[in-house]
Amino acid sequence: MDPKVVLVTGASRGIGRAVAEHFAARGHRIAINYATNEDAAAAAEAAVRAAGAEALSVAANVGDADEVAGMFETVGAALGPVEILVNNAGITRDDLMLRMKVDQWDDVITTNLRSVYLCSKAALRGMLRAKWGRIISVGSVSGLAGNPGQANYAAAKAGIVGFTKSLAKEVGSRGITVNVVAPGFIATDMTDALGEDVTAAAAERIAVGRLGTPQEVASVVGYLASDTASYITGQTIVVDGGLAL
Amino acid sequence: MDRSEIESKMVDLLVEELGIERDKIAMSSKFEEDLEVDSLGVVELLMALEDNFDVNIPDEEAENITTVSEAVDIVAAKLKG
Repeated sequence: MDPKVVLVTGASRGIGRAVAEHFAARGHRIAINYATNEDAAAAAEAAVRAAGAEALSVAANVGDADEVAGMFETVGAALGPVEILVNNAGITRDDLMLRMKVDQWDDVITTNLRSVYLCSKAALRGMLRAKWGRIISVGSVSGLAGNPGQANYAAAKAGIVGFTKSLAKEVGSRGITVNVVAPGFIATDMTDALGEDVTAAAAERIAVGRLGTPQEVASVVGYLASDTASYITGQTIVVDGGLAL
Repeated sequence: MDRSEIESKMVDLLVEELGIERDKIAMSSKFEEDLEVDSLGVVELLMALEDNFDVNIPDEEAENITTVSEAVDIVAAKLKG
């Protein structure tokens, strides 16, 4: 496979970092976006380089139009046009609906959904020129099945699914595929924050009987980005160990 | 660059970028109706115009372009201005 330029948003930790490392191991050139955690981004960059890949860390708030434009300029100048975009950046601001503040709603929609619009739009020009591109967004089982306390998060993740289907129809004839990978319970800092009781109870509801690993999500993202997956578009691939059955 | 040069370059781009048959293209041709270019194809053509003529065509102006001759007009105006 010829080396591609890959931009992974929110790649300093968790699933994003695993995705960056997965593509690095396949010899692609990796741009690691992060919001604020410079140390974690530096560690992710070191891991990507250790896998033998060219790497670049770019700080940007992916919910902000100007910062996204700046990020794409930086990546374009250093590595070339983005050929594989992984919209992974996401936050949670969980609360029961009756307690959820407008800020909690807005922050999650901005970081998790507005970012997908901004980054996908910025990546499309280059992909249309190349007549090849892959846009893969990380959704969530929460966005498909719903989850109490996550109305904001579930709305954003469900929004990604509708976005993906629409964009897939717009650009399908140009060699560009657009898909969602929807993880269930994956062992990351985001799920660690839920506490052991919650994760143990979750594991009991999962057919496979355990939480997933970030690598198990990354390998599906990698597949969708490959030429082998050229006839899959507009889809949501659930990677949840059989949680939502 | 005079108008005839822009016209001839425009025809080249339509052939190369959008795969349209050269003898089908007239200055009065409408992109969507006569040349069967879909709306995304028009966007792609504009990107190619920007790259090839080194001009910037804002979305608001691009929306008004329906014929080959209108596309030539806008490039000519940008190159002048």
